[in-house]
Amino acid sequence: MSTFPSTQTTTSTEGPTVTTTTTATTTTSTGPDRPTVIHHPTLPVDHLSALESEAIHIMREVVGEFERPALLFSGGKDSVVMLHVAVKAFHPARVPFPLLHVDTGHNFPEVLAYRDATVARTGTRLVVAQVQDWIDRGVLRERPDGTRNPLQTVPLLDTITEHRFDAVFGGGRRDEEKARAKERIFSLRDAFGQWDPRRQRPELWDLYNGRHAPGEHVRVFPLSNWTEADVWRYIEREGIALPSIYYAHERAVFRRGGMWLTPGDWGGPRPEEPVEVRRIRYRTVGDMSCTGAVDSGAGTVAEVIAEVTASRLTERGATRADDKLSEAAMEDRKREGYF
Amino acid sequence: MAHELLRLATAGSVDDGKSTLVGRLLHDTKSILSDTLDAIERVSRDRGLAGPDLALLTDGLRAEREQGITIDVAYRYFATPNRSFILADTPGHVQYTRNMVTGASTAELALILVDARHGVVEQTRRHAAISALLGIRHVALVVNKMDLVGFSPEVFEAIRGTFDAYARAHGVDDVVAIPISALDGDNVVTRSARTPWYDGPTLLEHLEAVPVGSDPAEQPLRFPVQVVIRPQDEAHHDYRGYAGRVAAGIVRVGDAVVVAASGLRSTVVAIDTYDGPLAWAQAGQSVTLRLADDIDISRGDLLAGAADAPQPVREVEATVTVLADQPLAPRQRLLLKTGTATVRAIVAGIDSRLDVDTLDVHEDATQLVLNDIGEVRLHLAEPVALDAYARVRSTGSFLLIDDQTGATVAAGMARPRIVAAPPHVHVSPAGASF
Repeated sequence: MSTFPSTQTTTSTEGPTVTTTTTATTTTSTGPDRPTVIHHPTLPVDHLSALESEAIHIMREVVGEFERPALLFSGGKDSVVMLHVAVKAFHPARVPFPLLHVDTGHNFPEVLAYRDATVARTGTRLVVAQVQDWIDRGVLRERPDGTRNPLQTVPLLDTITEHRFDAVFGGGRRDEEKARAKERIFSLRDAFGQWDPRRQRPELWDLYNGRHAPGEHVRVFPLSNWTEADVWRYIEREGIALPSIYYAHERAVFRRGGMWLTPGDWGGPRPEEPVEVRRIRYRTVGDMSCTGAVDSGAGTVAEVIAEVTASRLTERGATRADDKLSEAAMEDRKREGYF
Repeated sequence: MAHELLRLATAGSVDDGKSTLVGRLLHDTKSILSDTLDAIERVSRDRGLAGPDLALLTDGLRAEREQGITIDVAYRYFATPNRSFILADTPGHVQYTRNMVTGASTAELALILVDARHGVVEQTRRHAAISALLGIRHVALVVNKMDLVGFSPEVFEAIRGTFDAYARAHGVDDVVAIPISALDGDNVVTRSARTPWYDGPTLLEHLEAVPVGSDPAEQPLRFPVQVVIRPQDEAHHDYRGYAGRVAAGIVRVGDAVVVAASGLRSTVVAIDTYDGPLAWAQAGQSVTLRLADDIDISRGDLLAGAADAPQPVREVEATVTVLADQPLAPRQRLLLKTGTATVRAIVAGIDSRLDVDTLDVHEDATQLVLNDIGEVRLHLAEPVALDAYARVRSTGSFLLIDDQTGATVAAGMARPRIVAAPPHVHVSPAGASF
């Protein structure tokens, strides 16, 4: 990847930025507290603003046309950015849909704390589907390797059905993986949550066709056209706070499958896997059993951007064991209703 | 200067090496990371290939890899220090013409590939015609496999001449031809020593230089209302904002605007964003407008500049591309979706069909089938504000949707005639006509 000219001053990585403002109550165009921003008319809008405007447009289309949308929120950076865009899209009103989290039971405690704080700050409602509940009811069976990522699909679909969600926002990006590169922004799922790449609706201009039969729903990906670098540059520009595990910290980890994993109740380490303390960070946030950390000294957003743009590994390649299973691993899981 | 975003679409015939070219662009701009490249090298080795098959980068679905073809539009991302690029990679097969239309609908530049050994073929002409139809202003004619014709300037010039004449006849003025070898990388990102006779830009240099967008000041204001924002809390008791994305032109505080369907007028008093109010906003920006008057506006309404509003119509003439397996035929009932409005429509008549294989126009067509392009007349249940697509892309485009299956049946580009009635006069449904 290339380096971009910096258009914004770097802001603190820790400061919360989904701050509420009361200045919009004024009825004139020039509010007293915030400066009027002026763009030159003949210059194109910079690419991050263009991507943000596209994502806001997509979210407003969904709220305009669907009855019961929900936003998948894991505390991962893509879902955090998606929520930030949602706050901006409906300001000064609140985000007009609930957040939905499929909790594998193996989530990082830092991420769950972040999730709950964010829900409180934004005044949103959170719906949690606990994978453990499905295991306890005997609907799902624990896998020998302890990995619960593949077990998320059934709780997700059951919860979508139970709450009659007709549109579900996901933070998926087309640059993540080859199968995702071919998915639409509005992705129709049948009653089994399945994705059929050959039956996708063509998507033209910025006209999205969200029509669906009862029992079907639509997955919507407002960040489809963002890259990992765009997400990080946006986090920097907007000063968005992330769970602390995205930044370099000392952690006791062990090696498995070429990745650094965190010991935990989920089933690691085995006796032959020595634990050591390393300075690491996470590039993605998911189930502890299959989300690996990378050696890193990047403690700030700017340092992460420098690291990401210099990295020679994709974020999924570096940190997700579940995507390495086969050449078509992601395609298969998408067909089954996974994101 | 802002870091800009350019959207482009590729088109080529089967075996023109399009996937290889896209792979080359990603590879040479360092947009492919080493684990991806490792996977490709491993698969290429397994298949007994001499070097990494860069086409494997873009053929994402299992069926594509097995058959060695590209099924669907895939979106690719790469960046240089000056620009980010979104590339819609569309298949070249005859049966997937709809995918080129899809990919080209959001593109500002079409990248049309030809094989230097075969020159301009039928499908090249088809891609040029579709690019022109969709209003793409810039075409890069990429003459690939120059290594197989000995980097001959005569071959290149002949292809360029043929294509130029054809493209100009279809109204595409900006054509830049570039001789390349995607396989070896000649003139893709780095200048080739094997084409000393060529003094034009490399492909990437051209993509970095082509102007992005059009001047919004040259377009009329169009603002489809997506959602009405009413917080209904203490702090925003009387707040009523119209959220949308400026579809064309520029909106300024103080502008007189008209609701296209009702003819009601008001004045913009504020352009709100989360980051603070704006004095004005331009095409592409998502904002929330507040107006001076409390008039009836909801999702589906189009706000336009009072001096230049589109006439709501119930009869539409349009060029359409059929995107679904079901044919489009007279008397068929569908939904027409444009901007944020959706209305019932009936196919009143089919005037002509363009044979995309021969590019012959047939005026005796009784129906249009998948991948056909044709001219139709539509009758709408209620008046809708449409622009001529050639004038305003965003408010001249629409989808035709099957109400029963939900399928997107066709994509349309309106060609409304000039109407006599002034824009603020509400057209009576019974008498609406051109």
